[in-house]
Amino acid sequence: MRTRQFLKPRLVPRDVEAIVDNLPMGNIGSAGYDPWGLNPDTAKITFTLVRWLYDHYFRVVANGLENVAPEGRLLLVGNHGGQLPVDGVLVSYAVASRNDGARLPRSMIERWFPSVPFLGNWMNSVGGVIGDPKNCAKMLERDEAIVVFPEGIRGSGKPYHLRYQLQRFGHGFMHLAMEHDAPIVPVGVVGCEETMPSLANIKPVARMLGMPYFPLSPLVPLPARVVLNFGKPMHFANDVRGEADVARRVEQVKDAIRDLIDAGVAQRQHLF
Amino acid sequence: MAERTRQETRRQTAARRKTPARRDRADGRKAATATDDVQGIGHGHRGKVMVTGAAGALAQHVIAELIEHDYDVVGVEFRGVQHEYPDTVDYVVDFNQRPFEDVFREHDFVGVVHLGRIRFTQSTRGRRYSANVVGTSRLLGLAKKYGVTKVLALSTYHVYGADARNPSLIDEEHPMRAANLMPEIVDAVELENLFNIHLYKDPELNIVILRPCNIAGPGINNEISRMLGQSVAPCLVGFSPLMQFIHVADMSRAVLMAFEQNHPGVYNVAPNDYVTYQDALQMAGCRRLFLPSVPPRLARRAVRALGRLAPPAYLIDFFKYSVIIDGSLFARTFDFAPEHSLSELFAHYRAKK
Repeated sequence: MRTRQFLKPRLVPRDVEAIVDNLPMGNIGSAGYDPWGLNPDTAKITFTLVRWLYDHYFRVVANGLENVAPEGRLLLVGNHGGQLPVDGVLVSYAVASRNDGARLPRSMIERWFPSVPFLGNWMNSVGGVIGDPKNCAKMLERDEAIVVFPEGIRGSGKPYHLRYQLQRFGHGFMHLAMEHDAPIVPVGVVGCEETMPSLANIKPVARMLGMPYFPLSPLVPLPARVVLNFGKPMHFANDVRGEADVARRVEQVKDAIRDLIDAGVAQRQHLF
Repeated sequence: MAERTRQETRRQTAARRKTPARRDRADGRKAATATDDVQGIGHGHRGKVMVTGAAGALAQHVIAELIEHDYDVVGVEFRGVQHEYPDTVDYVVDFNQRPFEDVFREHDFVGVVHLGRIRFTQSTRGRRYSANVVGTSRLLGLAKKYGVTKVLALSTYHVYGADARNPSLIDEEHPMRAANLMPEIVDAVELENLFNIHLYKDPELNIVILRPCNIAGPGINNEISRMLGQSVAPCLVGFSPLMQFIHVADMSRAVLMAFEQNHPGVYNVAPNDYVTYQDALQMAGCRRLFLPSVPPRLARRAVRALGRLAPPAYLIDFFKYSVIIDGSLFARTFDFAPEHSLSELFAHYRAKK
């Protein structure tokens, strides 16, 4: 609390403060936290850094932001890559910093993050939430927007030679979308794979540290250009007869994401 | 000499069976002796209610609320560790001993409010199990035998267990993972299981089980209140879990509402307001003492070294990972909203420093 009070007036410019102040945060309590740990003051401090990364380091270009509704429940479903959850941060910031209908989509984070000192608390305080179906369900009930990467660590931890190849998608997001009548906005993320290219996963080190993977990669993300393409919302009625129907619908979403990735790769002129 | 020792022992036993504090009533009535019938506190016409754990701070609030709502209250305490008990205690008796049935024989209870539970720090695991689980089983058996029609039991949010993978806003259907994660507090889970069995097996008991978040405020002496009350409180480097607090006065009101309206079932009780542990400490005017958090073994060792100044080592994960419960079912069912804010709650602790 005292650290935030010290840092905020010294670091946060007025326009970043305005970005966070304009976000709808109806679930924040009297002590400045929502049930998932989001804290606007920490978000302001973090957004100051994220804005620089977004504008100057990764030079993000976001297309199709108008496809994200300004209110109501929805799932932003994208491809995952780049070892670190940079893609989730950039997708959330893109929606949160737009001029009209800004909102803060909550990124689903890996379940082991809360067990890492500082990192878990910090991710929660800027909007990250453990990727648990119950968390998602509760957030959708409260009309939140959620960023989901159904590939999970299969996507983020994959080696560079598998870049932009979608790994197996879990079906949980589709069940949530159908049960809660939430539209799915597909997102194609291009560039994050190049921010931290991994040559291999050093499994013994990962096991020793209790991490899902330990990449042989640069120690800090490289300044690759990032393109985010937001697709048209997809609606799925809750009328499936079995898991095979769900799998077909998941493939529809994957196809939409593949198209958006291809478009992003075509748009990108330079890697860095 | 031997005769004097016997007399002394008899006097002490009598004092533990019947609280001396109840013998001189404020209203001037001739007080009861150990052998007299106990009438209970209050002159209510809505029936007699047994409140267990009557020496506790929450129970004292609950008893005051019940009396105000025209109930006659008989306070029972089974934690026979004190020599002086507050005015709210009528009997000090072990639930596993035969005299406990006499309390039911002597009074025609309409309800039981079971707040008495030996907390994790108060005894050994075996004794806790015996008192909390076996004793409560006997309490329920007697309640059924003597036609009690309302039972309210106080459980704890600890039954969900603290784990990095916990979702937020845990609802009542969530598995009680404490049995697996923290074997030291298995008695709390067993106690709940026992009530759950009777909830369906003996519907005539109309059992309501409340799982509150951290109860804090004047008089409360649980682990988190101790931390808030200290001028220096330990916390783990890099971990500041989100927590919920309910003021003891709000909790006692919740108990009364649940007892009166009596919709049998299991309910989380928590306000829709959240604060991290370290923020809570600072709001309560505590200075933070940072302990190493990794590796976990070192953290446990550091906590043990601090003794009473820190929470017990097996509860350490509650000071590391968030356990946020969803109290909306209780709020909807009983039309309950807490009246005390977090800042009021922490102001109490700040004022004491």
